[in-house]
Amino acid sequence: MIFGGILAGGTGTRMNLADMPKQFLELGNKPMVIHTLEKFLLCPEIDQVYLGVHPNWVLHMEDLTEKYIHVRKECVHIVEGGKDRNATIMNIVEAIERDYGEREDHYIVTHDSVRPFVTSRILKDNIEAVKKYQACDTVIPATDTIVVSEDGESISEIPVRDRMYQGQTPQSFQICLLKELYASLGEEEKAILTDACKMAVVQNHKVSLVKGEPSNLKITTVSDYKIAQAMVGGEEID
Amino acid sequence: MINYVYQLAAPKIFSIKYEEFPFEEEVIVKPRYMSVCHADQRYYTGQRQREVLDRKLPMALIHECCGQVLSDRTGTYKPGQRVVMIPNVPGERNGVIMENYARGAQFLSSGRDGFMREYVGLPAERLISCGELPEKLAAVTEFVSVAAHSIHRMKMLSHMQRARIGVWGDGSLAFVVANLLKKEFPHSKILVVGKNVGKLSYFSFADETWPREDLPEELRVDHAFECCGGDGSYYAIDDIIRCINPQGTVMLMGVSENKVAVNTRDVLEKGLTIVGSSRSGREDFERAMEYLEDIRFQRRLELILHEDAKVSSIEDIHRVFQTDLNTPFKTVFEWGL
Repeated sequence: MIFGGILAGGTGTRMNLADMPKQFLELGNKPMVIHTLEKFLLCPEIDQVYLGVHPNWVLHMEDLTEKYIHVRKECVHIVEGGKDRNATIMNIVEAIERDYGEREDHYIVTHDSVRPFVTSRILKDNIEAVKKYQACDTVIPATDTIVVSEDGESISEIPVRDRMYQGQTPQSFQICLLKELYASLGEEEKAILTDACKMAVVQNHKVSLVKGEPSNLKITTVSDYKIAQAMVGGEEID
Repeated sequence: MINYVYQLAAPKIFSIKYEEFPFEEEVIVKPRYMSVCHADQRYYTGQRQREVLDRKLPMALIHECCGQVLSDRTGTYKPGQRVVMIPNVPGERNGVIMENYARGAQFLSSGRDGFMREYVGLPAERLISCGELPEKLAAVTEFVSVAAHSIHRMKMLSHMQRARIGVWGDGSLAFVVANLLKKEFPHSKILVVGKNVGKLSYFSFADETWPREDLPEELRVDHAFECCGGDGSYYAIDDIIRCINPQGTVMLMGVSENKVAVNTRDVLEKGLTIVGSSRSGREDFERAMEYLEDIRFQRRLELILHEDAKVSSIEDIHRVFQTDLNTPFKTVFEWGL
């Protein structure tokens, strides 16, 4: 089975727009997380969708689902998120296995709730890639030159841009593999490795690339939010 | 949900409109296969008049499309069911005027966004189930329905002397019209008049094919279909008026950007009926689906369909329109966006 895992566990606003986690802010006429959830529900290849939400916001998420979701509502599962991104993913995995058992042909498509512009093409390409390679990451070619600085004061390296990509989500995994990768990390590594694909890379497991879209932006700052609102023709909330 | 709508902003320039999906529509459909119409190509290449382009663009192109139902709150269609989408938005309905001619009627990809979208929402009544029909063929149902509509009207309006029926044109529309005429009027002789000998050779099922230059002076038809459009309209209509028997019916199907001079003296003298035929309605889609169930028709149709590679980016959309300019008949493609 294919599972969607939408990560909506954050509580920070970083936006000063409202006293509410950014995934719950309205984009157009609906909360951002709802737009993201709807895109997953309209992908027929995705069987069930799990949302990892901070414990304080679980009831709020349930209310939003009840209010806004009119398609495949029975496929939506809300679980409590963990202390960081990977812990939230693992809580989702635990819930999936509790509901549907442990199987080698279970795959998870994890995605940031604050990337509501994800496309059905990106979701499908993730599903195809993860079935083939057990792990994949969504990326776009870097347009800016990437500069590496070891000390934050001067340039230590400028890598060749053609080999640089910007990571987006979804990131998709065979669930068995993801559990294995996570279990083999020590507590310290778990704290450092905030990116799920990096867990695979540092353990020398191949992660294939899926073409993302520049429009699949992550809405984390006030500017991102203003750009996103302009894209959908919505009003700004200030 | 943020829906991606791939609009033509100006000739050969696409832009994406990010639109909040209208969940109020009854059925949500994922477009699967599409086919390019000359009308789309005229927008893409900028052959429409400047004033028309200014008024209608930006707009998503394509009105020939089949898809997969994702949800239907009316329960008419099941998730996963394959359907053909009807691009007409009906206007006034009074039981007399057909839906494709009624005042207030609109058409997707002419003034409203066509099917080049990530998801499409439509009323259940604007869908037709296409069962097990291959998607490549289901994609051209709208095109077949236009031919079915014209033949249906011709049957309603023309007199019963139908020994010889002429089709002017050697393109995709002429091919489908001539095919369906052969099926509807098995005792009639079907003649096809074209200008391209190579394309005429595809019409192996027709009783006679004639390059226009070799048209005999004494050639006669009882009724005729003009399927040329563009600059060819004038010559085709002129030929038809000359060749047609008195009180024949002339079905005009080709779109012309310019006004066409018509030999009204002979139209009057022969008492001809000239009928404009454009687009189609739900009933014609149902007729088209019946025609498409015929395996022989499917095989003939496949001869004129060129399947281009899957479309997964805006660059691919450009590629499809370029391919279509270089293929003699119709271009179909899988929609992967």
